[in-house]
Amino acid sequence: MERKQPMLEIKNLTVWYGSINAVKGIDVSINRGEIVTLIGANGAGKSSTIRAIAGLVKGCGGSIAFTGKDGRVTQLLGKQPEAMVRQGIAISPEGRRILPHLTTEENLLLGAYTLSDKAQISENMEYAYSLFPRLKERRRQKGGTLSGGEQQMLAVGRSLMSSPELLMLDEPSLGLAPILVDEVFEIIKTINTEGRTILLVEQNALAALKIAAKAYVLEVGSITIQGTGGELLANPKVKEAYLGG
Amino acid sequence: MDANMFMQHFINALGLGSLYGLIAIGYTMVYGILRLINFAHGDIFMLGAYFVFFATVQYKLPWALGAFIAVSGTIVCGLLVDRVAYRPLRGAPRISALISAIGVSFFIENLAVVVFSGMPRPVVQPPLLMEAFSLGGIRLVPLAIMVPAISFIIVAALLWMIYRTKSGLAMRSISFDIETTRLMGVSVDRIIAMAFAIGSGLAAIAGIMWALRYPRVEPFMGIMPGFKAFIAAVFGGIGSVPGAMLGGLSLGFVEIMSVAFFPRLSGYRDAFAFLLLVVILLVKPTGLMGEKLEDKI
Ligand SMILES: Nc1ncnc2c1ncn2[C@@H]1O[C@H](COP(=O)(O)OP(=O)(O)OP(=O)(O)O)[C@@H](O)[C@H]1O
Ligand SMILES: [Mg+2]
Repeated sequence: MERKQPMLEIKNLTVWYGSINAVKGIDVSINRGEIVTLIGANGAGKSSTIRAIAGLVKGCGGSIAFTGKDGRVTQLLGKQPEAMVRQGIAISPEGRRILPHLTTEENLLLGAYTLSDKAQISENMEYAYSLFPRLKERRRQKGGTLSGGEQQMLAVGRSLMSSPELLMLDEPSLGLAPILVDEVFEIIKTINTEGRTILLVEQNALAALKIAAKAYVLEVGSITIQGTGGELLANPKVKEAYLGG
Repeated sequence: MDANMFMQHFINALGLGSLYGLIAIGYTMVYGILRLINFAHGDIFMLGAYFVFFATVQYKLPWALGAFIAVSGTIVCGLLVDRVAYRPLRGAPRISALISAIGVSFFIENLAVVVFSGMPRPVVQPPLLMEAFSLGGIRLVPLAIMVPAISFIIVAALLWMIYRTKSGLAMRSISFDIETTRLMGVSVDRIIAMAFAIGSGLAAIAGIMWALRYPRVEPFMGIMPGFKAFIAAVFGGIGSVPGAMLGGLSLGFVEIMSVAFFPRLSGYRDAFAFLLLVVILLVKPTGLMGEKLEDKI
């Protein structure tokens, strides 16, 4: 079989904040349909990587090539966030970033900003509600009054609203009760089996590695270990540092 | 004061107040998104009045066409101000944009003196709008009714746009969290331009109606109404569109009624606006309908 072009191919990515080198030339490749996870300690550069893909950081170098369904390759590095969204990438950012003064429904609609097909928008909204029925009950409630867990669901639901091909989730389980954590990972798996590619950044390494096809360990800006989810789960170094021994 | 007199003043206040409100909306929309006081906004209003003067008095175009040209021309000027004076400073400290705003304001005023000459020019009112008629014993001209009516229709349309359309949603979202709004695929520069266009368009409409009410134009005519409309925006709660209209109406009523009831105070007419500003800042600094702005990320 012919080797397929990865959906997202990151090569030698560097991120600088002034004189701070947060990401030091990493390579990451994500194939269509996979769940790929990026794990690492606080400050390792996970969010910086995601923010670079999204076009939110100015000081970055290297290459981020995105291959769409039609096979067209787009260089995302140096592009604005709206270019990313229009390519079919959506993000659930670190810290949820729900708009507190907008209702649940308005937050979701904002996620569908790039779509103009009304039927598609309401279909996506129904899909988000079917994954998170709690959101439907709270549709008219202001985002700021939702519980932390509900806000997290809303952030993930919102990222689905633009019909993305690639979903980037930055710590979707952060601050959730254990039972909800399991539920969120179940939902991520569901979203993936229904055809979306996922780049997952997580502190909860065990849960992330279990569902990931491929995983990267990031340490102070560099990738130190990589492999399949299973390989990393079995890796003694990963076990010791990230899986609690 | 009899009831008829009172009604006269009431309608007068409604007219003046809604004009303040229309101008105030431009301040409040730009401030809501950029946290920038667009000092040039009063001068944009002045341009609207001048454009309609040239179109109708100088070039003898029909009023409707003249108004259309004036509004379009003013929108272009408003967009130009954003593009040239504010957009290059988007990443810079807020004070830089503020200084730029003051500079643009002086620039437009002085350019107007050079191009239009500093001489006040009389506006010829369309006779149709000035034919007095009487309604329940009150003598009115159609213009007195037209001004608040047009203003309210426009504000209603704007509120619909802000609360019922996608661009409106993006505006409300940007005013809280620009970065997240961008992550949802919104082109922030486009939405900002839209806010400037709407604000300038409303200022032009206010300028046209102002030129009809007080039939003359001069290069500095935007300063005082601009100041007062800014106060109206703060009074109503800066960042809030309904608040801007409410603030404008409040100011219109305070100004007209205080002079109506206490004619001896008429010399202090312009001071009332500032008095109102001091009072609201002491009692409720966020304004009548304002939200806490510290929440801004
Ligand atoms: N805006 C910024 N300015 C300066 N330094 C920054 C900025 N954002 C991140 N950094 C630094 O870059 C490094 C990587 O940060 P990043 O947010 O990517 O880490 P992370 O892996 O996502 O960590 P966490 O798990 O805590 O979210 C950190 O040392 C951080 O202090
Ligand atoms: Mg992070």
